[in-house]
This record gives sequence, C-alpha cells and structure tokens, in this order.
Amino acid sequence: MHQLTLAEIARGLADKSFSSEELTGALLARIKQLDPQLNSFISVTEELALGQARAADARRAAGETGTLLGAPIAHKDLFCTNGVRTSCGSKMLDNFKAPYDATVVAKLAEAGMVTLGKTNMDEFAMGSANESSHYGAVKNPWNLEHVPGGSSGGSAAAVAARLLPVTTGTDTGGSIRQPAALTNLTGLKPTYGRVSRWGMIAYASSLDQGGPLARTAEDCALLLQGMAGFDAKDSTSIDEPVPDYSANLNASLQGLRIGLPKEYFGAGLDPRIAELVQASVKELEKLGAVVKEISLPNMQHAIPAYYVIAPAEASSNLSRFDGVRFGYRCEEPKDLTDLYKRSRGEGFGAEVQRRIMVGTYALSAGYYDAYYVKAQQIRRLIKNDFMAAFEGVDLILGPTTPNPAWKLGAKSSDPVAAYLEDVYTITANLAGLPGLSMPAGFVDGLPVGVQLLAPYFQEGRLLNVAHRYQQVTDWHTRAPNGF
Amino acid sequence: MQWEVVIGLEIHTQLATQSKIFSGSATTFGSEPNTQASLVDLGMPGVLPVLNQEAVRMACMFGLAIDAEIGKRNVFARKNYFYPDLPKGYQISQMDLPIVGKGHLDIALEDGTIKRIGVTRAHLEEDAGKSLHEDFSGSTGIDLNRAGTPLLEIVSEPDMRSAKEAVAYVKAIHALVRYLGICDGNMAEGSLRCDCNVSIRPKGQTEFGTRCEIKNVNSFRFIERAINSEIQRQIDLIEDGGKVIQETRLYDPNKDETRSMRSKEEANDYRYFPDPDLLPVVIEDSFLETIRAGLPELPPQKVERFQSQYGLSAYDANVLASSREQADYFEQVVKIGGDAKLAANWVMVELGSLLNKLGIEIDQSPVSAEQLGGMLLRIRDNTISGKIAKTVFEAMAAGEGDADSIIESKGLKQVTDTGAIDKMLDEMLAANAEQVEQYRAADEAKRGKMFGFFVGQAMKASKGKANPGQVNQLLKAKLEG
Repeated sequence: MHQLTLAEIARGLADKSFSSEELTGALLARIKQLDPQLNSFISVTEELALGQARAADARRAAGETGTLLGAPIAHKDLFCTNGVRTSCGSKMLDNFKAPYDATVVAKLAEAGMVTLGKTNMDEFAMGSANESSHYGAVKNPWNLEHVPGGSSGGSAAAVAARLLPVTTGTDTGGSIRQPAALTNLTGLKPTYGRVSRWGMIAYASSLDQGGPLARTAEDCALLLQGMAGFDAKDSTSIDEPVPDYSANLNASLQGLRIGLPKEYFGAGLDPRIAELVQASVKELEKLGAVVKEISLPNMQHAIPAYYVIAPAEASSNLSRFDGVRFGYRCEEPKDLTDLYKRSRGEGFGAEVQRRIMVGTYALSAGYYDAYYVKAQQIRRLIKNDFMAAFEGVDLILGPTTPNPAWKLGAKSSDPVAAYLEDVYTITANLAGLPGLSMPAGFVDGLPVGVQLLAPYFQEGRLLNVAHRYQQVTDWHTRAPNGF
Repeated sequence: MQWEVVIGLEIHTQLATQSKIFSGSATTFGSEPNTQASLVDLGMPGVLPVLNQEAVRMACMFGLAIDAEIGKRNVFARKNYFYPDLPKGYQISQMDLPIVGKGHLDIALEDGTIKRIGVTRAHLEEDAGKSLHEDFSGSTGIDLNRAGTPLLEIVSEPDMRSAKEAVAYVKAIHALVRYLGICDGNMAEGSLRCDCNVSIRPKGQTEFGTRCEIKNVNSFRFIERAINSEIQRQIDLIEDGGKVIQETRLYDPNKDETRSMRSKEEANDYRYFPDPDLLPVVIEDSFLETIRAGLPELPPQKVERFQSQYGLSAYDANVLASSREQADYFEQVVKIGGDAKLAANWVMVELGSLLNKLGIEIDQSPVSAEQLGGMLLRIRDNTISGKIAKTVFEAMAAGEGDADSIIESKGLKQVTDTGAIDKMLDEMLAANAEQVEQYRAADEAKRGKMFGFFVGQAMKASKGKANPGQVNQLLKAKLEG
C-alpha cells in the first residue's frame, strides 16, 4: 500500500479497496519501522491521524467524495498545527504547541487529509542539507550517508522512502525543489502569494512560499489544489482564481518554447548533471517542444542578494523568540538582558545565529544602503531578466542543483559552499516565480533534478510539462533500495 | 544673556478605531489584562498583520484637515528593538513614506495673535503593550491589550518659542482630532501623549542649540511645566559653563524636574526596513475626495463663522470653538435662547466655572443646552433679572428642573408692577431717611456713588425680584424730587 501515489490512493479510497483507517495504520507502522534510519519525522501524530482517518471514512460513508478525503499528509514542522508541537526544527520551539492551525493545515484538514506527523527540517528553514535541525540530521534514503537536501529535508526523505505519498514543504531559496532533486521527487514552489503564509512560521517573509512534495507531477497537482488560494489573513496572498491543476496535465507540448539560460551551464555545474539535463531537453523536444538559448545576465548576483535579504528579514522575524511569551527560556535569568541573551543564545543553533547576525548587520545604520537597498535593486534586475526572457519563451529549464547530494557533514564547516548549492533555485524566490523540480536521472546512484520555471501563476504549465515528461520517462518511479 | 527657546513636539494620538491596526481585537480601554490580545497581538509564531483600513481613513482625515499632502504610496516599516511589551521584537511603523506629509495648523496666542505651526509629517504605527511593575512581587507583568492599537504620530516643526505656545499647539491638535472624531482625546488614559523636543539658543542666533527630548508627557499642565523646567535646566547649565547633551529625559511631576533616561550614544539602532508582510498602500484621489467631502466644520472655519454670524469677539469665538462639544452646546443655546452674546457669556463664565468646579467636561454638564437656552429666554423677556438668573442656574445645576418650573416654584418672577415697586421704594427711603438727606446735600459726583447704595437697598428689599430698570428710573425721580 505504501507504494501508492496520492492519485492511486484517491482511487483506492473512492472504490473502497481500502479504508483511510487501514491505510493510515499501515503507513504509521511503516514510519515506526523505517524512520529511525532516516529521522524524517520530528513528531508522529498517531492519535490525531487515526482520529482523522476514522472521521474521513465516516464522511465518505455519508456520501462525501473528494480526492484528498482520507489521504495521508505530513507537514513540514513550521506549519502551525493546533495542539501539536510545531518546532521549526529548533530547540527554541521544542516546547511550543501551536494554539492554531496554519491556513494550509486547516484547508487540507477540511478536505479530509490525515496528518501523520510533522517532518524534520533545517532549523527555522535555514539550510540546504537538513543538518541544522535540533532533532538531528535527516538521511537521504538513496544513500544513508548522504544528505537529503534542505530545508524541507524531512518532507522529501519521507516521501522518497515511501513512508507516505505527499508532504508539504516551504521554499525560501530552493527548500522544496533542492531536496526534491536530491531525493528523486517532484516538488513545486508556487508563485509568491499563491499559497497562504498564515501560520507558516516565517524565515524570510518576502521569499517564503509553501508547496507540495510528491513522487509525481500528478500528485503535486492534487495537493497544490488543496493548498492554493487567497487568504484574507495573509496580506501578501493574491486574490487570483485557482485553476484546476489536473485539468491540463495531458495537454500537448507541441510548440512549447523552452529557454535554456546559458548562465546555467557554466563553471560549477557537475558535467554529468549537465548531460542529464540535456537528455531531458531531448525528451521534451520529442514531445514537440522548441528549445532556444536565453540569457539571465544578473543571475550571478542572486546568491549575494539572497544572503542579504533573507537574513535581514530573518533577523527581524526571529526577534519574537525572546523567552518572554513562548518557546525556550533560559534558567534563572538575572535580568532582562540576561533573559534575552541566554534564551536566544541557548535556544538558537549556530546557523540561525549566523544569519541573525548577518541580517542585523545588513540592516544597521550606515550599512543599510550598501547592503539591503543594493540587494533589493539586484532583486529587481533579476525579476526584469525573467520578464524579458518570458517574452520569448514559455518555460525556462535547467539543473535544479549543481551537484548531487553530498555526504553528511561535508559542507557543514563551510557555509558558503553550502550557500552555492542554491545557485539555480534562489532566483525564482527573488522574482516570486513558480518553479518545479522533477527527477531526471542518477549520478553515482544519487538522483538528479531538472528545474522548470514559468511566468507568474503558470503552475499549471509546469505541472503539464512535468507530467508529460513523466509519461515518457521512468526516473520518478524508481525507489531507493530498502524502501 | 537673552535666550530664545525652540520647541518641537511629537504627539501620539490613539485613533478611535473599533479594532486594532493589524488585528481584529477590540481597542476598549481598561479591560482585564490580556483579554484583548489575539494571536497577532501576542506575536505568535506564524501570524501575519492585516491593515485596518479605518486607521488609514482617519489618518487621511487628519492630513486633509491640516492641509497636508497625503502620501499616495504608503509603506509600513519595521522598527526593531527588544522590549517585553513589544511582542514581535519590532513595531510596525512608517519611515520613509508616511501617510501625512507637510501641513500646518494655526494657533491663537493669548495676546490675540495667530501663529502658524508647521507639521513635518504624521505617520501610522501600532502601539506597544504595557509593562506593569506593581503587584507582581518583584516581577513585571505584561498587558498586551494596548499592543496594536493604532497611533497617528504627529511631528511638528520646531516652530514654538515658549511652553505656552507648545500647550496652545497641543490643545489645537487635541481639539482638531476630537472635531474629526478620530481620537477620544482622553489624555489621562493615554489617548494623546506628547514628546517635547526642547532647546535654547542666544537670541538672534540662527542655528539651533542641542535639544533634549522629554518623553511621554500626558497632560496640558505637565507639558507646560515640563518644558519650563527643562528650559530653566538648560539655561542654568549653559550659564554655569556647561553644555547640553542630546538625550532623552523624563519629567517627574512630583519634583517638577526632568531627569536623564538615555543619551544619544545609548540610543537604539532601530534597523528600519519595509515590512515584507504588508504591501504598500496606494491611496486613490477618489478615496481622498470622499473623505474631504465628509469632513466636519473645523475650528478655524468655526471661529470665523462665530464672529461673522454671531458677532462674537475673536477671543470668545476661539474659546467657544476650542472643542466640538462646547461649540455645539453654545449653538444649541443660541438656537433656543436667541441672544448669541448672552449665550456666549453664560457658556463661558457661569457654565465654565461650574464645570471647572465639578471637574467635568461639557458633554457631562448637569445643565443641558436646552435648559440654559430656556433660561436665557426668561432673562430676555424680563421674567427674571440677570442676578436672579444665577439662582435659577444653580437650581438647574442641582437638578431641580428647567428654568420655568424653578422660577414658578421658587417665586422668582421679576416684579414689574410700577405700583408695587413704588410702594417698596417709599418704604425703603423712609427707612433710610438720613442717607436721603445726605444725598440731597451732596454734589453731582458724590451723588453718583450714593445712588448705587439706594439701588442695592431696593434690590435687597425686593429679594432681587424688582426689575432693575424700573427701580433705577423710579428711584432717580424720587430722590431728585
């Protein structure tokens, strides 16, 4: 049963091949059995899940239908879940039971999804290896000595290991697409404003966006359908109708114009990945797509701009974790300053502290114009590059990451090396564009992802192309040994 | 050395919205601690702000009322600092693009002249919570009911030259926001608070001296006293060869002195940056035109109208228009009583001192405008004299009913029957035969003085009810005769 995709589960539940309770029980048992190797869950919400499963079965028995009714889900542990620990992978929130549901959590629960638990992540979503979690590193099911990517590493590893079919993730600089690429999944970062951020604990507010991780584009479409939509509680959410993401999955790619940015194929990219990307392009050409070279001249500035803007916003977003109202509080503070210093010093891990300090510096009097204002200007240039590129193409394609998954610990002493792994994903966040990573082959037995980027609100086009590609390739169906 | 004082003010006005500026919580004052604090007000992980449009509308009303430019594109910024009553670790405020730009306000000085005070800007922001240092046995309590209450911070130019001018300006702002109905103006509850920037310079010097900021002064009286004591401190300091250092100070009303809170060096670097959770607010011309069309008559127009329509002096018009409630009360009295000058006098003098004595505002007056107007009618038709009217007024203030019933029940109706007055005067003059002799022997100048004595005796004899005009006339005839 664990091999089933979300679409297959939906059919199985609909034709009563199994109940949600049976499915939930089986998956919970599988998590219990296999997750100790992976560490992909921070919390397994067994009681909640079984209760929701029985409720979903009752709703179905009463005549209700719905693709997501009774289907399993796990949320990245930064989506607030009422009454459930929502830790953000941090000691700071180890004791924090959210008093409310994030909009994403509430919408999926209303649709009848069954929450199996909360998945591991880089602390406060800061990282691309899932090594900065207070709850320990997550292992890549394709090779347990390797990282699964991050920051949605737990969400990715769990789906890759067939512990469940789909999970939610968030993507601030690649945190859905990069782990999807490194674990052979399909992961989608929607247009900024497409999915509500209410209840999604912020890392960098202007870049964060929630989205689905799954094994297939078809499943991503189903889950995104349940997540997307305007939310009056999020002022940056956009009031734009949500299309039926499954409706055009099989649309023809005849005449689809795909742009390959020449900047994507320079130094730093593993040549074996470059080859796999080219091979995927060939497949899409066979499906009727037309390929041409394009240029994104300001791409080289994306990482520096990102590592100013994201830490700047984070330094402010994380100020509320002060030991006063919730979260970690140091023992026996001797005064207010001591309370702040030690609660934050002891509650936050090294990478979080590093980014808070970088961001605080970038916003400080005398540096603001040189760093923050400049970074925002670069952001506009990057957006303009994309706008110009989309005048001539319908889709932009390239590698998701320059390298396959690296060994645990390999880059933990060199943060800049780890930051460079985000080179292809960050631009979509800076520009607010939707992006998708899909499986495109293997290097040394480790998965490789291809990234597709589309104009604003063209998630449907991304899913269509990925789905058609998945109809003619089988990379996405391959499972890691032992899972 | 002759010193010139330079004062600029920052006034924080709490906007009278039903709910907070970025959450749906109520803004009622005085509720049980933390009963008006939602997830957003508590700064819970994952929550997001949603702007209350009503606060924007109120800020625009203020901007239009002071002839200011309204920022077409408004950006909210985060002001970052740590404090326990600031739940998010930052305050959402405005920095580079405030909602209200340069404007001005005219104030009436005591010598009757009008002075124009520049307003640099006014911006929207959220209030912080309150730290409660009492009743927690050594700990500090945090009440977040106030956190997120909308504030309009009004920043003036350094245009004021004395504490009196500063107070006149605060009073004018106070009156204006109440006219507009955007702030209840309750200073005791902190609805309107003031930071005073004070510096001095030798008379004639053009550049400013070093300023000190006195934080959070919340009554007209304290504003005046705090500024004056700070001026004196700065003069003493400089004349003793010292130097003023730029710092934030607090006023202690008990000792009537300001004391240092923190110096410029200790000041926070607030690391302002645009709040990524809120989109820029674009204000359309049509929105402003709707607001402009709905603005009430404002103090300057009202003062002008009171002078032209009712023939009041500039001073009287200013006093009466100083609050919307008082102006409305006055106009209601005129409407019923009919004589504007008489009404102005009664509202300003008798009613004014009654309210003052009771320590209440005009909207809580025990004598309604209708009652007062009704009494003026009786003065005008000679049913009572101005003197008896005071007795009637006191009775109305004591809740004994309206003028007519009081006049009736207390028998205060003026005596206008010439025969009765004539008889009363004869009796009075007979009882004061000696004085009558003296009067008749006296010269013109002395007579004038002595005449007053007889009038007094006559009024006393009639218990104030005799018509004073008739008494005058008849008495003159009798004495001359």
